[in-house]
Amino acid sequence: MQRATLDLWVGLFVVAGIVAVLFLALKVGNLGGFDNGETYVVKASFDNIGGLKARAPVKSAGVLVGRVAEIGFDPKTYEASVTLSLDARYPFPKDTSASIMTSGLLGEQYIALEAGGDEKMLANGDALKITQGAVVLENLIGQFLFNKGDSAADKGEAAQ
Amino acid sequence: MMEALLEHVRGIGRRTVNRVWRMGVAARFFLLVFLHSGPSFQRFHLIVREIFSAGVLSLIIILVSGLFVGMVLGMQGYETLQTYGSEEALGVLVSLSLVRELGPVVAALLFASRAGSAITAEIGLMKATEQIAAMEMMAVDPIARVVAPRFWGAVISMPLLAALFSAMGILGGYLVGVVLIGVDEGSFWSQMQAAVDFKEDILNGVIKSVVFGIAVTIIALFEGYDAPPTAEGVSRATTRTVVTSSLAILGLDFILTAFMFRGV
Amino acid sequence: MSDNLIEIRDLSFAYGQRLVLKDINLTAHRGQVIAIMGNSGCGKTTLLRLIGGALKPTSGSLMVDGVDMGQLDQDGLYQLRRRMGMLFQFGALFTDMSVFENVAFQLREHTDLPEEMIRDLVFMKLNAVGLRGAHDLMPSELSGGMARRVALARSIALDPMLILYDEPFAGLDPISLGVTGNLIRRMTDTLGMTSVVVTHDVQESLKMVDYVYFVSDGVIEAEGTPAEIKASHLPYVHQFVHGEENGPVPFHYPAPEYAEDLGLPA
Repeated sequence: MQRATLDLWVGLFVVAGIVAVLFLALKVGNLGGFDNGETYVVKASFDNIGGLKARAPVKSAGVLVGRVAEIGFDPKTYEASVTLSLDARYPFPKDTSASIMTSGLLGEQYIALEAGGDEKMLANGDALKITQGAVVLENLIGQFLFNKGDSAADKGEAAQ
Repeated sequence: MMEALLEHVRGIGRRTVNRVWRMGVAARFFLLVFLHSGPSFQRFHLIVREIFSAGVLSLIIILVSGLFVGMVLGMQGYETLQTYGSEEALGVLVSLSLVRELGPVVAALLFASRAGSAITAEIGLMKATEQIAAMEMMAVDPIARVVAPRFWGAVISMPLLAALFSAMGILGGYLVGVVLIGVDEGSFWSQMQAAVDFKEDILNGVIKSVVFGIAVTIIALFEGYDAPPTAEGVSRATTRTVVTSSLAILGLDFILTAFMFRGV
Repeated sequence: MSDNLIEIRDLSFAYGQRLVLKDINLTAHRGQVIAIMGNSGCGKTTLLRLIGGALKPTSGSLMVDGVDMGQLDQDGLYQLRRRMGMLFQFGALFTDMSVFENVAFQLREHTDLPEEMIRDLVFMKLNAVGLRGAHDLMPSELSGGMARRVALARSIALDPMLILYDEPFAGLDPISLGVTGNLIRRMTDTLGMTSVVVTHDVQESLKMVDYVYFVSDGVIEAEGTPAEIKASHLPYVHQFVHGEENGPVPFHYPAPEYAEDLGLPA
């Protein structure tokens, strides 16, 4: 095969390979995603974050508005301290509440923000006051049994 | 009877010692190839020729296999996810399986069979027909001129082929899942993007394919260079290349996966 | 500077414990064609490889153009090899290159000559062996004799002072035999080289060599000019030159008594 044809094929091959890598990085992975815009940082404390992981989505009204930047533990309050990175296009009022939700059955956990009514907006570095931790299954079952037990005891008392 | 059994065991011991010794020779060979790589980069067209030989000529099998693997993943994945009502996670399943594991591993296995065996046969034949000896007599270092360009050509081709395999696979999964079966297109891509992390998944996959590429190529080159200079010797060396490379790929995959995806 | 291109004194070579060559004494003058003959397995190819530097002597001295081959390091060896050529038994042409590329190989690797000059040189060398018209062919398209001629053209590309031939007459038809024999003689004379031919073709070589060394079992049994060799009465030489069935090299491979193998009473 001529040198020129050979070089052409090799060039095409290398270009195709790089395009494949870019495709994987941008379209398949999350590289081209969120982090490129301007963001501001907000903190929130939770009594239990459940299965929340770093880079988990932060949604409001079901729309992606940010990502969980960091998860830490506050040794003074013994609560989870979560740092949220929010898109600068979406400012939120100071009394916004954050709760940890599960998406779908096999659920990845995410943070849902519900906007409050305050006129003043959250600034970079502010903390969210109202938070709701993740629903832990064992507690739920325990509660259910406890309630059942209670109502059975009540019925028993009433029957007597 | 006892004697025959003892002789058998002694034989196994001898063969094992032989294999370990051969690995040492192969390691020295690897170092030699590395040290003599300078001329390959100064005359880059030598490497370009080998990229064509190892990479471009493997394209068809890689692309077709990638497509089929992706389509099968799409079908099987849909079957299983349906029972949990989580069909939209199909994109996640197909892409993670491919990018983390199947892309690097299967592409490397195919590469070993196609390009690895070809390299072994080429070099073995050159040695058997005294072309290597002739080169030495003409004061040209055969390692620098023949072996090193093939090493770099193959190592450059491998990650590109693995990426193409994964990309074709995801396309195959898309064709089966979204186009054929009817999974929601939006959730297919968006859930995939949410789940696949560039650093954790894609980059790790690329690192795996580079490691596999180095392993397969060194094995192929060594078996060819070390083969007895007869027709039978070369053909047996070719078989050994495919078998040893495959085992090496799977073994290295285990080690790398344990390192990379620990506790994710 | 001595007139001897190759001087071998009391050379011995062993593969591990096995002694292959013992007390070899051999000289080749500049411009000579010498032949090393003997039956298969006598050690003549090993001797050739020693001269070419592929092997190092176990004891004794091997001087090529005044350079002691036993003391050479890798760099020195490569330097010396640029002035040597070797013709392998079946040509050993590079199968992925054309005839032209094969002959041009050494010029491209070792010199910085421009393409036009390389082209001219390659054509000159190919013309000397009569294959200028075949320059575009691939080695797989050549016959045995043609392949060997191309290999000869390749080995004279840098005008070496010494060429080593490993069985150049093996497996050739009568015409090619004649052509090859003539080429070796003509090349040596016109280029002022020295040629060492390892062969067991008696007829062709005795026609054109200047001196013959007879090797048997790793030792030089006899030496002399072709005329002396033909007239020799030494049993080994006689058996070899006249192709006799039985002599110092026996016909029967060592075996027990014939009657015993057939199961007959002794």
